[in-house]
Amino acid sequence: MSNGGLDGFLKREVLAVQEFTALVLTSLRLAFSPPRYFTDTLLQMDVIGFGSLPIVLLTGFFTGGVLALQTYRTLGTFGEVGLLGQAVSLSVVRELGPVLTALMVAGRNSSGIASEIGSMLVSEQIDAMRALGTDPMRKLVAPRIYATLITLPLLTVLSDFFGLLGGFFVSYSTAHLSSAQYWTSAYQALDLQDVFQGLVKPVFFSLVVAGIGCYFGLRTSGGTEGVGRSTTQAVVAASVLILVLDFFITKFLIGIKFT
Amino acid sequence: MENASVNPVIEFEHVSLSFDEKKVLTDISFRMDHAGTLILLGVAGTGKSVLLKLALGLLKPDAGKIKVDGVDTVPLPEAKIRPIRKGMGMVFQEGALFDSLSVYENVAYPLREAGDHDEERIETRVREVLGFVEMEHAIEKLPSELSGGMRRRVSIARAIADRPGIMLYDSPTAGLDPVTAHTITVLIAKLRDAERVSSIVVTHRPQDGYVLANFRYVKGQQNLVPALTHGDNGSAPATRFMVLRDCGIYFQGTGPELANEADTYLRKFLV
Repeated sequence: MSNGGLDGFLKREVLAVQEFTALVLTSLRLAFSPPRYFTDTLLQMDVIGFGSLPIVLLTGFFTGGVLALQTYRTLGTFGEVGLLGQAVSLSVVRELGPVLTALMVAGRNSSGIASEIGSMLVSEQIDAMRALGTDPMRKLVAPRIYATLITLPLLTVLSDFFGLLGGFFVSYSTAHLSSAQYWTSAYQALDLQDVFQGLVKPVFFSLVVAGIGCYFGLRTSGGTEGVGRSTTQAVVAASVLILVLDFFITKFLIGIKFT
Repeated sequence: MENASVNPVIEFEHVSLSFDEKKVLTDISFRMDHAGTLILLGVAGTGKSVLLKLALGLLKPDAGKIKVDGVDTVPLPEAKIRPIRKGMGMVFQEGALFDSLSVYENVAYPLREAGDHDEERIETRVREVLGFVEMEHAIEKLPSELSGGMRRRVSIARAIADRPGIMLYDSPTAGLDPVTAHTITVLIAKLRDAERVSSIVVTHRPQDGYVLANFRYVKGQQNLVPALTHGDNGSAPATRFMVLRDCGIYFQGTGPELANEADTYLRKFLV
């Protein structure tokens, strides 16, 4: 049985997906039985959620702003500049807010989680933890997944708001739209499905962000060089998975009718 | 003694383990009696550390039985091995202290994990074990602020905090200067003789084994004293030596038996 070639590659990838899924599902299941590490979860909420706030807000603000700038030119050719608020709010709430927030949080935290857990693994701290009667899944993986699950949707909402704010700033200063024009158009454009789509995505993305970080951290091998490798792999895998998952979630949610 | 030999605290029966295609341990069988010491010798890569991890249930063998206090841990799931592990302490090669926690928090960790939430009781025990390893002065420090020898001592303190009956030491003196290495060996003997803890000691330094086999700790004395012979209150430590080579057991016996061996590989391990 060869491990090389396409055959071996596909088997390894399928096994990786299986292991990743098992890791995420197991950590979700652990929420229903003690011991639960509330303090660790709160600590991770601070690190992952609060710690990511500045980059998420900045990303949101400038994305909304640049979106307004680009759309302004197009809408201007049709004399529909008044629709700027609508264009920004739909793009930000449905798509750009959730995806860019998840990508920024992944860049900051999937790598951080992978390097932290990877370092613990190569320095035998995880073995020590097990030797002292602790389940690393409960102590290390589950709190990070729960913390991301709670904070990423909240970060997305804030990022959406800052995106709209960025759009407003450009609409007001460049397109000379009044505040009422912009915000009314932005608000009225959104229906329940848009908000639902914008809030469902971060729930799935959070499992990717934290799960991938933990997964690559726990399969680190080869000392400090291995930790660096896991960190890079975690960011790349999480970013790609977020974009792929976004396509499928959007495709699925577009088919759902809200009456 | 007879009673102890009927119920060994750790027993390996025909244990084998491979990582992928590479054999790590083959047909390992031995037993360790209560309050005994097993000195595990062998050149690097012979599977000594792996053997400790198998004893602790951190790894599962491909074949064979591993009994801890008479319970075969091999078929048990992780959740059922955890309570058995609480009766065992392990000192890892580099200490494996949690680097984001202070010395106090590291030593308190097993107590908190055992469900003790009485902070006063935890602090008393932490100070007691840190005093035992003479590290109470470093209670507030982080592991990164400690020297190699200090880390091993804190690691010993953490391992004994929850009063385990079995201690596993993975090269506790590796990379330390002779004076610090001797301090660690004295601590191991002290723990064995004062607390009647059974120990497996992996070491690259034959002199550690020599000290543990021939000296003992007497309460109130700073240094170890020469061990008396068997029959004199039975106070001579029950120390056995095991030498690994090529994934298997190459020698198993007492210190004098090892000393009488003419084999060139075994003579590497004579002081």
